[in-house]
Amino acid sequence: MSQLHEQPSVDQIWEWLDAVPDPEIPVISLVDLGIIRGVDWQEDTLVVSVTPTYSGCPATAIINLDIETALRDHGLNKIQLKTQIAPAWTTDWMSEKGRARLEEFGIAPPQAAGGPERCPNCKSTNVTRVSQFGSTPCKAHWRCQDCLEPFDYFKCI
Amino acid sequence: MAAPLTQDEALFQFLLRMGDNTLILGHRVSEWCGHAPVLEEDIALANTALDLIGQTQMWLGLAGEVQGEDKSADDLAFLRDVWDFRNVLLVEVPNEDFGRTLMRQFLFDAWHSIQLGHLMKSSDERISAIAAKTSKEVAYHLERSADTVVGLGDGTEESHGYMQSALDYLWPYVGEMFASDEVDAAMVKAGIAPDPASLRADYDALIGRVLAEATLNIPDSGFAHKGGRNGKMHTEHLGHLLTQMQWLQRAYPGASW
Repeated sequence: MSQLHEQPSVDQIWEWLDAVPDPEIPVISLVDLGIIRGVDWQEDTLVVSVTPTYSGCPATAIINLDIETALRDHGLNKIQLKTQIAPAWTTDWMSEKGRARLEEFGIAPPQAAGGPERCPNCKSTNVTRVSQFGSTPCKAHWRCQDCLEPFDYFKCI
Repeated sequence: MAAPLTQDEALFQFLLRMGDNTLILGHRVSEWCGHAPVLEEDIALANTALDLIGQTQMWLGLAGEVQGEDKSADDLAFLRDVWDFRNVLLVEVPNEDFGRTLMRQFLFDAWHSIQLGHLMKSSDERISAIAAKTSKEVAYHLERSADTVVGLGDGTEESHGYMQSALDYLWPYVGEMFASDEVDAAMVKAGIAPDPASLRADYDALIGRVLAEATLNIPDSGFAHKGGRNGKMHTEHLGHLLTQMQWLQRAYPGASW
């Protein structure tokens, strides 16, 4: 841990935050997930605005801790985390990079149509829903009718 | 005669009603965790409970702010007794069986989604923000509970029987969601929330469609049990629920992790 003498730029901080993985789906970053809504210097304090995904998501507290830890590791001391609930988080804010990584990892990315476009494993479009809910609040449980593999679908909200 | 409520006192009561509904229903639904008929339903119920408890943090958090006595959402959830709760009676009745649990969820989700649609236009920005956030989750809850009510109602003879008896049992608890009092009048006047009675037509249309598809008959009675949302008289069930929900803070005050 080092003490910084100059304020890092906002772009630099976005880059650092893009290296912080989501605690439940570590293949994507918090920036990919679209929950970092603002990074601003207010005099010598860095204010990071974070929007929660689902109201009851237990990862929220861990996410705040991870952001703080990452920024401290880069030498920042005065950090303020702001929870911003409006406008409400939407999966439209997920980055293209994040969507691609989800699929590589075996999670079908969100689609406006309300269901996965294709099986993340064999790419078949012959898929069926098992349950509207899944292993975390942000996912539903689907199955491929061709390769028969069950998979997670990141719900579109 | 008691002095009329100040605007902040009325707003506090309104927020308790919103937060206590989601808290008590969230706790009830969480009782299924590890007990549901199949794994997918277990996960779905646990996720629904989680959403509701997350929503409670926002409603009761704001209630604590408005009250101005330095109380957190946790203080309000765990350190009040039965007479201070303002949830409707519908959400405190026991789960009984899976059918009754899902019927209760549907009857509540339908009201909740309509209410939040109105609250998104609230003159109070803090309330419209919570409504915009939570309405997305509640739309999802309603889709699932309505689908399940149709699936089980229009299912086998046995599942149909369970769902009709659930509806017969729960129907007298529906009317309370549409009762109005001086708290509601103050909310309407300030443009914060709609008059509950004004939501009834939309509600009846929504549940009428779903219950018809589920081949279930709505009981021909307008009788309504009341006393939850104004705290005059809860059912005996709420006290039992609180003994479980609050025991840790009661036994070890201030415990945290």
